[in-house]
Amino acid sequence: MSDALIISIYVFVLATFVGVEIISKVPPLLHTPLMSGSNAISGITLVGSLIAAGEGFGGTSVILGMIAVVVATINVVGGFLVTDRMLKMFKKDRGRQGAAS
Amino acid sequence: MNTSIAIAYLASAVCFILGLKMLSSARTARRGNLYAAFGMLLAIVVTLTDQRILDFTYIIIGLVIGGCVGVLLATRVQMTGMPQMVGLLNGFGGAASTLVAYAEYLRLSGDAAIDVFTASDVDTVVIATIALSVLIGTVTFFGSLVASAKLHGVIRSAPILYPMQKQTNAVLLFAALALSGVLVYDPSLWYIPLLVIGLATVLGVTSVIPVGGADMPVVISLMNSYSGLAGAMTGFVLNNNVLIISGTLVGTSGLILTNIMCKAMNRSLANVLFAGVGADYSPEEAATEQKTVIRYTPEDVSYVLEHAQSVIIVPGYGLAVAQAQHVLHELASILIKRGVNVRYAIHPVAGRMPGHMNVLLAEANVSYDLLLEMDRINDDFQNTDVAMIVGANDVVNPAARYKKNSPLYGMPILNADKARTVMVCKRSLNPGFAGEDNELFYLKNTMMVFGDAKATLMNLVGMMKKEAA
Repeated sequence: MSDALIISIYVFVLATFVGVEIISKVPPLLHTPLMSGSNAISGITLVGSLIAAGEGFGGTSVILGMIAVVVATINVVGGFLVTDRMLKMFKKDRGRQGAAS
Repeated sequence: MNTSIAIAYLASAVCFILGLKMLSSARTARRGNLYAAFGMLLAIVVTLTDQRILDFTYIIIGLVIGGCVGVLLATRVQMTGMPQMVGLLNGFGGAASTLVAYAEYLRLSGDAAIDVFTASDVDTVVIATIALSVLIGTVTFFGSLVASAKLHGVIRSAPILYPMQKQTNAVLLFAALALSGVLVYDPSLWYIPLLVIGLATVLGVTSVIPVGGADMPVVISLMNSYSGLAGAMTGFVLNNNVLIISGTLVGTSGLILTNIMCKAMNRSLANVLFAGVGADYSPEEAATEQKTVIRYTPEDVSYVLEHAQSVIIVPGYGLAVAQAQHVLHELASILIKRGVNVRYAIHPVAGRMPGHMNVLLAEANVSYDLLLEMDRINDDFQNTDVAMIVGANDVVNPAARYKKNSPLYGMPILNADKARTVMVCKRSLNPGFAGEDNELFYLKNTMMVFGDAKATLMNLVGMMKKEAA
């Protein structure tokens, strides 16, 4: 196996542990935004799509790349925007909080 | 990849991790999402400087179309429709992975290097990960489409069963993996990836179509995980670590949520995917006739609420169906103004996706510190005057605690029956999704109020207001 591949496998395994650590700290309150937000992050495939669409080889590869750019962009833009829209609604009622204390 | 691009990708990965970390508190969550979005922007901008990109025409067309559709989807969707939306976005992520991996295959086979690389060890791995990306990505795309269509009511949400379901799926999966093996052995067989895509398409449909509507939270979480995994595989294909990191984070996130949902329903993942629970659901037969319930009017309830000092509201998806979140919040606000301790108890499967009920209540301006998860509030029911159940059923059925032959047995439930008075606002006595009659309705301390949740609550609000004036 090449060094690059070994490093990729290291990254993959370590990222799994990071993922478990940070995701299990997200409270159930925010599980829906977690799903839409992490979904937007998985749209990082866009990076690969951009290169496939722009390599200038022409033909099928570029067309597939362009379609990939379209769907990945929908994923990224739609995901982050809708997550923001949801998180904006999560508010603490400060007035009541102040009155109670 | 040159050094500056590699460093920038690392910075994006750090932004993603920080962003997800900030989701651990509602206070910082919105900023966290911005961090993650910034990381994405950075990754995109840096990629555009890559020297491999020679022609920007298709990139710009793709970004503009995708951006517009994304904005439209995100701004138009209603909060009740969030599960379909997330399902659809998962599907797009999967589709992108498939397309990128397949385009990479075409590029490699177009290169003159194809004959040389069959011998090389590295490229064996590249071909194997291409096959896996294509497989997982396609299953994610079509599985998510079916799940979204079910949630949206475009196709029947009840389980659609067919003979030899487990065997069919197993054969399809095995065939797709075997073909991937063949491709690794001889990468020049151009039709193999297309066959894998074909099989994965069928598998995506056949594996989701038997799952019932109420089990969709599990499927959506699972598809979330697949979309991440497909992204990580694409990272291996392109030898790009930021893809591997992000894909893996999302993959674990989806798996953790899947696990939480399965636990909350006391079902194994295999049971959710294959059992087709709810297919033979027949409310008329299941309802018992011997037991009697006492029917109360909203007036009776308002009398009880007036003397209550603590109220826990248990919302279920029926609340959202009746569009009664806002009027529920109004009632709660009146009670809070009178000094009543009002809180909401949120069961993990209340809603159509993980955390869905919280979003629906947040939309109705319910303060998030009043939304308490099951483990934090379950011990408080016994010291509470009124447990008010609106549109929920199975999650408060005491049969889950002891009735060994019940489909609900072992499922963690909210201890609403321990409250001094239980008020249930429901359309009819029909059992919930599991088909188990709910004995909570027949308890001595239970007040049943039949009717539409919104109408009942509006009635209550009217009476409470009159009382105050």
